[in-house]
Amino acid sequence: MGDHHHGPAKGLSRWLFTTNHKDIGTMYLWFSFCMFILGGTFAMIIRAELFQPGMQLVDPEFFNQMTTLHGLVMVFGAIMPSFVGLANWMIPMMIGAPDMALPRMNNWSFWILPPTFLLLASTLFMEGGAPQAGWTFYAPLSTTYAGPSVTYFIFCIHVLGLSSIMGSINIIATVMNMRAPGMTYMKMPLFVWTWLITAFLLVAVMPVLAGAVTMMLMDVHFGTSFFSAAGGGDPVLFQHVFWFFGHPEVYIIILPAFGVVSQIIPAFSRKPLFGYDSMVYATASIAFLSFIVWAHHMYTVGMPVSGELFFMYATMLIAVPTGVKVFNWVSTMWRGALSFETPMLFSIGFLVLFTIGGFTGLMLSIAPADFQYHDSYFVVAHFHYVMVAGAVFSMTAAVYYWLPKWCGRMYNETMGKTHFWISFIGFNLTFFPQHFVGLAGMPRRIPDYALQFADFNMMSSIGAFIYGASQILWLYNIIATIVSGEKITREKVWDGAEGLEWTVPTPAPYHTFETPPKIDAAHAHS
Amino acid sequence: MIFKAKRLSKLALGPVLLLMSVFALAAGGEVSEVNMSPGVTEVGHKIYDLHMIILGISTVIGALVFGVMFYSIYYHRKSRGVTPATFHESTKVEIAWTIVPFFILLAMAVPATKTLLEIYDNDNAELDVIVTGYQWKWKYEYLNENGENVSFFSNLSTPQGEIDNTEAKGEYYLLEVDEPLVLPVDTKVRFLVTANDVIHSWWVPQLAVKRDAIPGFINEVWTKATKEGVYRGQCAELCGRNHGFMPIVVNVVSKEEYRDWLAVKQKEAAEIKELMAQTFTLDELMTRGEAVYNTNCLACHGAQGEGGVGAAIAGSAVATGDVGHHLDIGINGVPGTAMQAFGGQLNDVDMAAVITYQRNAFGNNMGDTIQPIDVYNHKKG
Repeated sequence: MGDHHHGPAKGLSRWLFTTNHKDIGTMYLWFSFCMFILGGTFAMIIRAELFQPGMQLVDPEFFNQMTTLHGLVMVFGAIMPSFVGLANWMIPMMIGAPDMALPRMNNWSFWILPPTFLLLASTLFMEGGAPQAGWTFYAPLSTTYAGPSVTYFIFCIHVLGLSSIMGSINIIATVMNMRAPGMTYMKMPLFVWTWLITAFLLVAVMPVLAGAVTMMLMDVHFGTSFFSAAGGGDPVLFQHVFWFFGHPEVYIIILPAFGVVSQIIPAFSRKPLFGYDSMVYATASIAFLSFIVWAHHMYTVGMPVSGELFFMYATMLIAVPTGVKVFNWVSTMWRGALSFETPMLFSIGFLVLFTIGGFTGLMLSIAPADFQYHDSYFVVAHFHYVMVAGAVFSMTAAVYYWLPKWCGRMYNETMGKTHFWISFIGFNLTFFPQHFVGLAGMPRRIPDYALQFADFNMMSSIGAFIYGASQILWLYNIIATIVSGEKITREKVWDGAEGLEWTVPTPAPYHTFETPPKIDAAHAHS
Repeated sequence: MIFKAKRLSKLALGPVLLLMSVFALAAGGEVSEVNMSPGVTEVGHKIYDLHMIILGISTVIGALVFGVMFYSIYYHRKSRGVTPATFHESTKVEIAWTIVPFFILLAMAVPATKTLLEIYDNDNAELDVIVTGYQWKWKYEYLNENGENVSFFSNLSTPQGEIDNTEAKGEYYLLEVDEPLVLPVDTKVRFLVTANDVIHSWWVPQLAVKRDAIPGFINEVWTKATKEGVYRGQCAELCGRNHGFMPIVVNVVSKEEYRDWLAVKQKEAAEIKELMAQTFTLDELMTRGEAVYNTNCLACHGAQGEGGVGAAIAGSAVATGDVGHHLDIGINGVPGTAMQAFGGQLNDVDMAAVITYQRNAFGNNMGDTIQPIDVYNHKKG
């Protein structure tokens, strides 16, 4: 270790000008938490309106703005930046690097985010309101039929894309160039692997999204007709381009979550991850398949039957590598010595609920059945099982798992477990009944509904309030830990944890691995 | 072997069978509140069977995986003083759980493919109906019929008061229309689905039909109801403000009833044609106009013409100004606003009546009458 550390700068300039991967990671995590609360607030408004049949609290236009912004803020503001923050904190520490490869770009890719979301949120106060065509913003509802806020929205998407691409290039450059000597690719922790693959996905598809919104911009302001049949265009083209981005996007969200769980389950099973190699190959297969299944979001647009068959078969195939992953996690637990601290609880919650989301995903892949499922609440239930119980639960597990390493203080275990159980119950109460109303015929994105859906919707709303409230407990636990948690100094916070991040002092000093560590056989992946 | 799968599968099957039987029971009724409905078509039953097979396979696999997991959670706890094993790979096992699911998927793909091909067989339809999505209503046009062309709009008929919670909600709240689509039973009906503005999606679960209505394109889809009855559905693709308020009601009747209904509709259409040439009194126009207003204008312009989403009509410059300008707005709409072009939605008699009504109701006492011929001439330019 070097002996003349310079610590962080003082005051606001520390955060504005920092190039330190830990500072930037912290900012990403706090920012995404704020967005999680904001997007959650939108969800609470949605569920409050849907508590009973009839229009009670908001008008249908505002309701549509809420569903749109909830999706956009959660996907682009909460989940994606949270995993980028985690990557910033953990990847250098996991591969034995002193920092990210491109620290100044790192600062920039974070700092363009807050103003962008401020701009997006400000459209709520514009005349005509915020975007209201859904987070998938299908043309022509989002183009010729949209209010003036669509232009601001397009600009926001461009900047978010820029931020994601810069972040991804940074991760790719770091992983490829800055691994400690001896850490070959097949020795990298799985979290690093899943992020490397995710970063390639991001670099591949964010420009496609930028293309889609640029075509929208041209249609709105420059008289082109990319998405208007009247001028020789095609509204369905928008959907093809959007989902060519959108399907890999859902794996961009879930792959890092797979990585997190693959770190935590072995640690609390006190047993190495089962089938490391097959985990890497499965992740790569999922990433490849994600490029050739996009039109399964569009079974009802009237594709030729040969197209339907291709996308159905390709989509069904995804179940194979995903199944391999689930089997591997369960086998990791098999005959381990399990203990159930909060990170493990959230990981098991992830495993159970993500698997349910995977099954409904398989059901949705069957094109004829999808004609009944499509755009119903069944779909809403499905993707919340993978996005919330998948990505958000794994992110929650990650925070509990690494927080003691970050701040040198232990969180309150009882409060953590309480947070898990309330979240788990609240989540299932919210989203499990949505399978039922969806199958019974309730379309998604409606502000009011027929009477036969009333009971399950009320249940759903109560669940949502419980889940929402439990996140305040989480916030309190995090702050209490940072301010006054029990101090710990042991390097290996968890007795079963493996990996280089557990070889540095606790709390992790401002600079780590200024001298690369030596990787011996014992450190071969965790 | 790592897993004691057999013993666990016995443990797991109990709850699985219980869950499945709950679903099966629930599906016995006409419209289930917890499960997909097999509906009233052969294709619908096949889709339902596919759904139940996949749900069943998923439930069994899920029960096995979770069974193993919970076994592990219970018996392999650190607090029981166990020593963790050290195994961490097995190529044989990995190959097995790659190949076995692949064959399960293959087995699922066969019936799915068969059903899909059947759904895509649009040939030999006995009746063609054009379905057009509008913000926020459906238009139905019957083709292949002798006599007058029958076409009409189908609007939500739930009173605004029920939506605003000032009146008690009826049994078919939000799932009722002023004029349902009427179809003959046991007849292969082909729908040609399109849209006038944004993308909509025509979905009737009981008929096992969901197809996007895309402006500028026509999608084909068919159904063949084997049972008479009233089947309800909704728009399934977000289409703006009133996406939740454009239901679909399909009335499947006997072939004779359908013929009679069609004859009546054709007669009405012929009468409208005759009415086009007539001249009406102010009272006649006001009565007709009020009905047209309540169906088409009220939601945005208010029951007393006080405005809302749309501009106020009571005392407005348009309704008390130049007739030509007023007609122009009614027929062509106001681009860039929620005010649609009603020229293609209302016939000339209804258009004349509603414009007259707007100019003479809500305290607007212009005293002028607009005749169908005026509308016709305005459209001609």
